Parts: sequence; structure tokens; C-alpha cells
Amino acid sequence: MSSRSNSPLIEPDVIAKVLAKGRSTGAEFSEIYVEDKRSTSAGLDDGKVEQVTSGRDRGAGIRVIAGETTGFAHTSDLSERGLLAAAEAAAAAAKQGDGGVHTIALQPVFRHPVNTIVQFPDTVAKARKVELLQRANAAARGVHGAIVQVSAGYGDSVKQILIANSDGVFSADEQVRTLMRVSVIANGDAGMQTGYNSLGHTIGFELFDEHDVEELAVRAAQQAITKLQARPAPSGAMQVVIKQGSGGVLFHEACGHGLEADLVGKGSSVYRGKMGELVASPLVTVIDDGTMAGEWGAIGVDDEGHASQKNTLIENGILTDYMWDYIRARKEGRKQSGNGRRQSYADLPMVRMTNTFVTNGSENPDDIIRATDKGVYVAKLGGGQVDTASGDFVFGMVEAYLIENGEITEPLREGNLIGNGPQVLKDIDLMGNDFAMGGPGTCGKDGQGVPVGDGCPTLRVKSMTIGGTAA
Amino acid sequence: MSNTVDDLQAIADRVVAQAGAGEQIEAYVSRGGETAIRIYEGELEHFVSAQSEGVGIRVIKDGRTGFAYAGTLDPAAIAEVLADARDNVSFGTPDEFAGLAVPDGVAQIPQKFWDEELAGYPTDKKIALTKELEKLTLGMDERVRVDEANYDDGWGEVAVATTTGIRESGRGNSCYVSVSTLADDEEETQTGFGFSVGDSPKDFNLQKAAREAAERATRLLGAIKPPSKRTTVVLDPYVTSQFISILSSTLNGENVAKGRSFFAERLGDQVADPRFTLVDDPTNPLAYTATDIDGEGLAARRNVLIENGVLKKFVHSSYSARRMNTTSTGNATRGGFAGSPGVGCLAMQLVPGTQSQEELIAGVDDGVLIQMVSGLHSGVNPISGDFSTGASGMLISNGTVGAPVREFTIASTLQRMLLDIVAIGADVDWLPSRAHGLSLVIRDVTMSGT
Repeated sequence: MSSRSNSPLIEPDVIAKVLAKGRSTGAEFSEIYVEDKRSTSAGLDDGKVEQVTSGRDRGAGIRVIAGETTGFAHTSDLSERGLLAAAEAAAAAAKQGDGGVHTIALQPVFRHPVNTIVQFPDTVAKARKVELLQRANAAARGVHGAIVQVSAGYGDSVKQILIANSDGVFSADEQVRTLMRVSVIANGDAGMQTGYNSLGHTIGFELFDEHDVEELAVRAAQQAITKLQARPAPSGAMQVVIKQGSGGVLFHEACGHGLEADLVGKGSSVYRGKMGELVASPLVTVIDDGTMAGEWGAIGVDDEGHASQKNTLIENGILTDYMWDYIRARKEGRKQSGNGRRQSYADLPMVRMTNTFVTNGSENPDDIIRATDKGVYVAKLGGGQVDTASGDFVFGMVEAYLIENGEITEPLREGNLIGNGPQVLKDIDLMGNDFAMGGPGTCGKDGQGVPVGDGCPTLRVKSMTIGGTAA
Repeated sequence: MSNTVDDLQAIADRVVAQAGAGEQIEAYVSRGGETAIRIYEGELEHFVSAQSEGVGIRVIKDGRTGFAYAGTLDPAAIAEVLADARDNVSFGTPDEFAGLAVPDGVAQIPQKFWDEELAGYPTDKKIALTKELEKLTLGMDERVRVDEANYDDGWGEVAVATTTGIRESGRGNSCYVSVSTLADDEEETQTGFGFSVGDSPKDFNLQKAAREAAERATRLLGAIKPPSKRTTVVLDPYVTSQFISILSSTLNGENVAKGRSFFAERLGDQVADPRFTLVDDPTNPLAYTATDIDGEGLAARRNVLIENGVLKKFVHSSYSARRMNTTSTGNATRGGFAGSPGVGCLAMQLVPGTQSQEELIAGVDDGVLIQMVSGLHSGVNPISGDFSTGASGMLISNGTVGAPVREFTIASTLQRMLLDIVAIGADVDWLPSRAHGLSLVIRDVTMSGT
């Protein structure tokens, strides 16, 4: 991303000393990850701007690898003394062995130019951020008299990172994120219903030149109003049509996690040993792409200093690759794929997705609905969860409708859908031509959350289990 | 709190002393450390050793609130945080109820949060016991592999001070071990986990953690997808704990005040089966989340929320209490220095029944024992009450546990499930969660499978 200053977070000579200290007990690899993040958030609830929050998170994580063992220490003390102490702790953790003197020649790493920031959010007056919340509140409440509560949140962050390691990698990035979300409650005869909408990109405040806050809020409000008429979702297996955009969550859960090389390497993925095999319908091509300009999972370099990449994971149904971080790639003697990510300087990196999506097919989305006699149309997906070893996964439908005789009819109440990843991938029988990315997501793994994007065209799964209550 | 942390208290005091006329200030200062050990195939996979610290400052003036935090205790940074929080005040909407907690005279109930043995426990012994856990687990069943065996401990020190006279500090530490398992049978793999928590490693029950991890994975081998039908579910204590935790947001006084709870306007109503009594009691030392003070520094206390099925009380922070013209129940929550206080239950407990899980199952003609759930965050809406979750477990017929089942959902609404409770177990398990667990039997739940 475009950068405003060239002054490094830590001077190169200090970095070299820290990396050498990391290897002082004989480890073959040492790494420093430095982060300096400034964030602003603001929340409106119940008609009031409740609080504006300013945050500063700054620190360094030192990783040392000796054989199969990783030592890790982190510190918020970025002085030379603080960093050396952390490096010593990480080195001691990794190995009690022979010392040695190591000199390291640092080489700048190519950074994928993700996008240009027009207006850095930290240069924008807080009053303008707060005004967005008030506009969203007014727009949502204006939709219908049944809207009884609105909460809106704004958040931005500018994160400088620096990664250097004993292999000579020297890499830096500036990651900018701007986000807005609106939650709405409508009250009707059958109780309360909720609507939710969010918008987030790896760009600055120009986000709001390109997107309309009122439209975001109105859609959330309409979702809640529509659901006031919703009937209980059906129970049991039926055809499911997934709308473009947020439907990408399906692939994040059904195969994304299972294609992470750390899980594959430990034999805890249902996709282990399946390279080159048909694992999905030939209609399915799955890509993980950290270079997608402006998308929520876009990064210039990953958190191990490797430039982000576009990786094809499944091509026309055939498994073509997993996603890789430094440790797993080294073990397999292959290249990293730009998927080594971490929540913050206080966390170890691991294999993570970036922007994961399915590419276009050829069907008109309206024809997909017309071709469906009886099923469920999921217009907006919520989160999900997967057991990568068995492949069983769930995802929530926050806006869904019944399909009867090829037409969308009544709205449905919320619930989960459940399926088995490899089976669902094979059961995709229609793929639309209306690809879109969904909203900003946070993916959780091993206690760490990282920003990710998901996307897909409208598609149909010929059978999935709907977790509702109606016969 | 039981132990004072003088240097952090001094930092908090110094911030608060800078308050100007008409300005309320709260400073929350904390410091902590962690050790994380992971063993894989008998070797140390990673060892994490780390410390962190930070400060969060809340400023309230003329009914407007501003907040800022930084992950450092560097004096220059603290000055910047105070300046940011003050600057942020001007953007808030005046709220007549905004304000800090005021000491209410409720006495703290002393508890032990610091264990000297854990504080001095040698690293090599932590590694050795984690290796032992992996070995024990592998020995349970030849079909079982271990994905990872973990040891984690942490310590924390915190101090809070306010211009309204709150001044508290204390420290605590804790540890746990956990193990993740895989069980293979031909093409099929299932997963499991086990854990043990304690004040110090001497409290660990490695044998139990290993056995549960092996059982959870192997019992699902050969599981089928069940047919869809309405049925009775017996929730395992681990599942009940998650179910009870969801109720926290419906009993949260701020959500009630803002119209986000289906329990609003229902105090005094029969909202659950008469057998159901729900208490929030962080003063019970058996609770994993036991505490002596809440997130605003008021004494933690026992609150009966639902008694014999009748809704009795909501939980409050000082803010939500002022809004609803009542007093704080000592239920302010806080997610560390980077967050300002919210409201929530702190340590939820059900009054247990008298029957074991076996006895409860013996009373079920046709049902399913739910041992695991997934997707609670995506399929449960505590505002509408819609409840739908992925599940796995064992079919029950004529009072006996039968075939394992997976890849199905159970669904109802939270409102109905509370009224449809038909039995509560005696098998209390103090899980590492804000709610304990016990077996719970609920009728008329929809199971969706084939």
C-alpha cells in the first residue's frame, strides 16, 4: 500500500543484533515482527454517540526455530534492550544448545502493491466519522415505524508492520482498514427481528465517497422489517440456492480451512492426500487471493514478510494446491504462498486465508431460481464453523426465503445449515455468472482473528440440511 | 482485591489526579504474562513466553464519554492516552446517565486468586506434564492420534482508580492443559478434545483429560446422519454451559433498557419451567470466572436471576442501573485495558437437580444425547430468540444410549426451550467458562438431518 514515510519502526542495525541474538543458542532461524497500529472507533446506540475510542497497539514478536521447535516471545518494549531480552527468551525457549556468531544480510522483499490510499483515516476529523453514524441512524429509523433500535459502529486502523528474518528477508507494509456496520431491531406481532449490514475495505476514508452510508443502513433496516413476516425455516434436506457475495462463506468453511497446510500436515483435514483428485463439482474453481485491491483480506505482504499472492486451490473441481506458511513450506521443501498471518505481534503466525472465492460459472442467477422447484434461497449468510477432520460444517442464514415452483416466496426465520464439505462441493449443480465479493469478515483459528474476504456467484447445492423447525 | 499492586495503583492514581473541574476520570492499568507450550509427537512444537501491559482511560464531562487506550505503560504514552480520551469526549452525545461507578458499601468476599506454587513452577516440569498428557491420550485407544497437547498459564495484575473514589488493585494467575485428538477408521476421521484446569499444575487430572479426548473422538466413528423429527434432547454438561451462556445477553440490564431483550417487561413472569433456577454468583470460589470485583471496581455479588422459573432480576453496571432507576448488581464486565465496561453475567450457575445423567437418560423413551454443538454464533439470535445449532451425539431409545449421530441440527427458540425443560441433572461440572454445566433435558426440539 502507499506509504507516507520511509522511517523504519526499528533501525536495521538493531534488527540485525536481535536476529543474531535469536540464533545465539544454535537455532537455524530467527525472525522479528514489529507492529505499530493506531485505531479509531466510534459507536452509536439508542440514538446517542456513546463513545469515541482511540487505540495504540505497538510491540514486537520474536520467533526462533530450531529443528521442529519454535520459541516465541513478545514485548511492548521496542527499545534495543527490550527487543534483545525478548530475543534471548525466544532463543532459550527454542533450544538449549551450542551458541554461535551469525551475520545476516538483510534484503528488501517485493511487496505486492495492493491499492493506493487516497485519504488516510488518521488525517480525517473525528467529527466526520461521528457524522456517518448519525446519518446511518437516521436513515435506518426512517425506513419503517417498526424500527425500534439502531446501533452503528465506525472503525479505522493504520497498521505499520516490519518483518525481518535470518534468511535475509526485510519487509515492511502499511495496512489501512476502514469499516462501518449497522445493526437494526424491528418489533412486530411475533416479536423482535434483527437486520445487519457492514462495509469494509483496505482503503481510507474515501470508502465513503464510493459507498453510501444511508444505503447500507436502509438495507439493514429492510432486512429486519422483511423478517417480521418470516415463518420458521424448514427442517431437513432440500435444494439450497446461495446468493452472490456473502455466500463465499460456504467455501471458507466447506474447503478453505481444510486446505490450510498446517491442518493437512497433521492429518486433520479431510482433504489430505487428495492433491490432483476431483474433490468438487467441475463447476467449482476456488481461489485465495491476497492481492485483491481494496478487499478486506488484502495485504501487501503476509505476516512473515512474504509478498501476497493469488493462489488457485481447486480448479474445475480438481485439488491443485494447499495454502502455505514458512514452517510448512520449509518442511515440504517448497515455496510459501503468502498465507502466513497473525492477529498481532503477540501471536505466532500460522496458515490463514486472505480473500477466498469461487469464480463465475455460466448461469443467469434468475434461471437458477427458476430451475428450483422447492428449496431455500439464502440471500445473506452469517458466520460458520467447520470440523476440518470430518469435514462437517455449519453456516448461518441471516436473510433467507423459501423457493416454491421456481419463485422466491416467503421470508424465513434465522437458523444454521449443516453439511459435509466434500459432499457439498460435489453437490453444486448450478453456478451463476454474477460473481461478487461479500462484506468484511473476521476468521477465527486457534484463538486468533484475522480480517478476510469471501465471495462467490449465485449457485445451487442440490441437497443441504436446513436447521429450522417447520415440517 | 486481596493483594495490592502498588506500582500499578500509583500509575492509576496519577492519571486520576489530573482531573479538571467537572471532569470524571477512570484509569484502568494492567500487566500480565503467559506461557504456552505445545507438544506434538513427543517433541516441543512451540514455547511462547510473553508479557504485556497497558492502560485504558475513560473521561466523562457534561454527560459525554471519551475513551482511549495504549498497550504500554510508558509515561509519555499514558499522557497521550489521557489527551486522546479528553479529545474524544467532545464527540459524544450528552447522556444524563453517563458516569462512573460510586462506591456502594457492599463488602468484597475474599477469595484466593494467586497461587505461589504456579508462580514458581519450573518450565521443564510444565513441558514434561504436557508430554505426559499426549502419551496418556495415545494410550487410551489405538485409533487415536493427538493433534496437539497444550499447557497454558497466565498471570495478571490490575489496578483501577476513579475520581468517584473507586480504588482497587489485585493479581491472579491460573493454568490449564488441553489435548486435541483425531480418531481414524478407514476413510473416516473424527475429532475430540479434553482439558483440565487448576490453581496450579498439581490440580490437573491428566487421566480424565486424556480419557475424555479419546472418547469424544472415537465415539463418533461410524456415526450416521439421523432422520428429521421432533424429539427430546439431553444436553451434556459441556453443551448446557454454552446454552446457559447465551442467556446472559437476555438478562443484561443495558440490553433490557435499550429494547434488545425479549425479557424486557417480563419481570415476575413465569419464563421457564419451575424446576429452573438460574443464579449469577462470582463469589462462589468453585466458578472458573469467580472474582471479588466487577469491571468497574464494585464488589462482585450473588444475584438470583430466574427463581423456580420466574424472572426475578436483570444484571446491571452503574450505567444501566441509573438508566433503569435501580442500583448496580456488580455486573460490569471488562475485556482488559483496551475496552470500556459493558454489562454481563459473570459466573452463571443452575441450581442442580437430583438425578445423574444415566438416570435422566433412563427417563427418555425417544431422544438424543447432545454431546457437541457448533455454530452457536451463527445460528442463535438472542434478540429474536431463534435457536439453531449443528450437533453430534448419541440416539436414545427406551432409556438407553444407542448409535452415534452427527451432521444434524437441533432447533427451537430460547423462549420455548426454557419452558420445555423437563429435568435438570445433579452432575455439576465447573467448566472453564462463565457458566457451569450439568445435564439438562429439553422436550419438543426439532432435529434436522436427512
